[in-house]
Amino acid sequence: MTSAFFHFLRRYPTVAVGGLLMLLLVLTAIFAPWLGTQDPTQIAPLYRTRPPSAQFWFGTDLLGRDVYSRVLYGTRVSLTVGFSVAVLSTAIGAVIGVIAGFVRWLDVVIMRIMDGFMSIPTILLAIALIALWHESMRTVILAITIVEIPRVVRLVRGVVLSLREQAFVEAAVTAGASPWRIMVRHIFPNTVAALIVQGTYILGVSILAEASLSFIGAGVPPITPSWGNIMAEGRALWQIRPHLIAFPAAFLSVTILAVNMLGDGLRDALDPRMSKED
Amino acid sequence: MIAYVLRRILSAIPVMLFVAFFVFALLSFAPGDPAALLAGENATPDDIARIRANLGLDQPFFTRFFHWIWHVLHGDLGTSLFTGQTVGHMIAQRLAPTFSLMVLTMIVSVVIAIPAGAWAAWWHNRWNDRLVMLWAVLSFSIPSFVVGYILAWIFGLKLRWLPVQGYVPFDQGLWASVQTLILPAFALGSVYVGLITRFTRSTLIETLSQDYVRTARAKGVSNRRILFRHALKNAAVPIVTVVGSGVALLISGTVVTETVFAIPGLGRLTVDAILRRDYPVIQGVILLFSFLYVLVNLAVDLLYTVFDPRIKY
Repeated sequence: MTSAFFHFLRRYPTVAVGGLLMLLLVLTAIFAPWLGTQDPTQIAPLYRTRPPSAQFWFGTDLLGRDVYSRVLYGTRVSLTVGFSVAVLSTAIGAVIGVIAGFVRWLDVVIMRIMDGFMSIPTILLAIALIALWHESMRTVILAITIVEIPRVVRLVRGVVLSLREQAFVEAAVTAGASPWRIMVRHIFPNTVAALIVQGTYILGVSILAEASLSFIGAGVPPITPSWGNIMAEGRALWQIRPHLIAFPAAFLSVTILAVNMLGDGLRDALDPRMSKED
Repeated sequence: MIAYVLRRILSAIPVMLFVAFFVFALLSFAPGDPAALLAGENATPDDIARIRANLGLDQPFFTRFFHWIWHVLHGDLGTSLFTGQTVGHMIAQRLAPTFSLMVLTMIVSVVIAIPAGAWAAWWHNRWNDRLVMLWAVLSFSIPSFVVGYILAWIFGLKLRWLPVQGYVPFDQGLWASVQTLILPAFALGSVYVGLITRFTRSTLIETLSQDYVRTARAKGVSNRRILFRHALKNAAVPIVTVVGSGVALLISGTVVTETVFAIPGLGRLTVDAILRRDYPVIQGVILLFSFLYVLVNLAVDLLYTVFDPRIKY
C-alpha cells in the first residue's frame, strides 16, 4: 500500500509537490498559535508600520499588529473558505448534475437556470449575493459556493449524458434496476474522478475569490485576518512599506500555485479523458 | 446563416431575462428601505409613505418587475440612492477607462499568448516548451492583483518607466492615456495569457500530429507554412472559443485591477456601490457586464463560420 503510494507520487511529481505544499499550509493553519505568533488582532500603536525585523518577522501594519501572525492566521481563513466551498459546491452540484443528466424533462429547466447564473461574471455574482446578506465568513462561503455550483452541474451532467448510453447502464436497465439504483450505484461512482479534479480547481478558485473579495472590501469582516484584508489595509501605504502587501501576496500566490499543480497532476492521474495537456 | 443568427440571438433572451430577474429580486430582498433612505433622517412616516408610492414600491413584486424591465428596455436603469444621478449617466462616465483597459488587455494578451503557445507546441517536450509551460502555469496561478503590485513596484516605483497608479482620459493625450493603462493591462491579462497560451499549445500539439500535417511535410512544405497555413488555421476555432469565454475572467479581474491602479472605471463604481449598498447601481453594472458577456459569446459563435467555412448554419 505505502509503496504503491510512493510509486504514484514518483509518477506524478506535480501531485507530490503540490500536495506537499498544501500539507504544509494545512499544518500552518492548524498550528498557527504555536508558530511564534501573537494575537493577530492585538493593536500596538507604538510599533506602527515597522519594516520586517528580528522582532517582527514580516513587520507590522498601520495599527501595529504583527503581520507575520496575521498572515499565518490568514491561512486558516483561506483554507476554511476554500475547503468549505470545494466540498459544498461539488456535493450540491453533483446531485443537481446527476438529476439533470438523468431526468430529461428537468434537464432543460435546470440547464437554463445554470446558463443564467454562469452569464453573470463570478466576482460580480458573489458581490451581489454578499451585498444582500450580512457580512461574515459564512456569507462569503455561501456566495462563492452558489457561483461555483453551475460549473459542477454542467460537468457532471455531461459525464452522466455520456454514461447513460453505455452498455453497463443499459444492462442495468434491462435487469430491472430502478432509476434510483442506477443513479446511485452505476452513474454516480463514475463521476467521482472528474469531481475530485474539479473540486481541486474549485479549492483554488474559491481561495482566490475570497482574497479578491476581501481586497476590494466585500469579503470577510475587516477585523478577520485574511490575506485579502491584510492587503486591503496595506493599500494606502504600499509604496513606502511594500511588506504590507508582499507577504500576504506571496502566501496567496504559493497556495494557488500548489492547488493548480495538484489539480493538473490529479487530472492526468485520475481522468486521462479530461487531460488536454500532454 | 441569417436564420442561425436570429435563433442564436433569440436563445440569449431567456438567459438575459433570468439575469434581469435575479438582479431585480436582489434589490427587492435587500435589507434596508430605499424610501426611508431617500427621505433622509428627519422624514415623517407620511413622507416615507409618499416617496414609497412615488417609487412604486407599494406595488406587488411582479408588477414592479415588469415595470422595471419596461424602463430598462428604454435605457432607464434607475437612480443612484447615493448621488441622486441616474445609473445610466454614472455608467456612461465610467465606461471609457474600463472599456479601453479591456480592449488593450485583449490585444496584448492575444499577441503574447498565441505565438508563445505555438512556439511551445512546435518545440513540444523540448526545453523551449517546458519554459513556456512553466511561465504559463505561473501566470495562471499568481493572482492578477499581485501581478499588478509587482509590476507597479518594478516599472513604476523603481525603474520609473510608467506611472505607478492613476488614469489619464483620452482627451488629455492618447499616449499619456495609454501609458497609464499599460501596467494594468499586463496585470489584468496575466491569468488570461496563461489560459490562452496553455490552450493554444495543447490544441496545436493535437493539430500538428494530424495526417494532413504529415502529408504537407512529406511534400516539402516549409515549416512556417505548415504552422501558419495548416495548423494554426485549423486550431483557430477552439482558440477563439477560449479567447471569448476568457472575457469573463477579464470582467471579474477588472474590478480588482482598477482598485490596485486607482482607475476610475466601472470596477471602482461597482466596489463603491457595494460599500455604500447602492443597489440600483449594483443592478445596473451587473446587468451591463452580463449583457456584454452574452454578447461576446454570441460574437464567438458567429466567428466560427469565418474561421471554419465547413460550419454551416
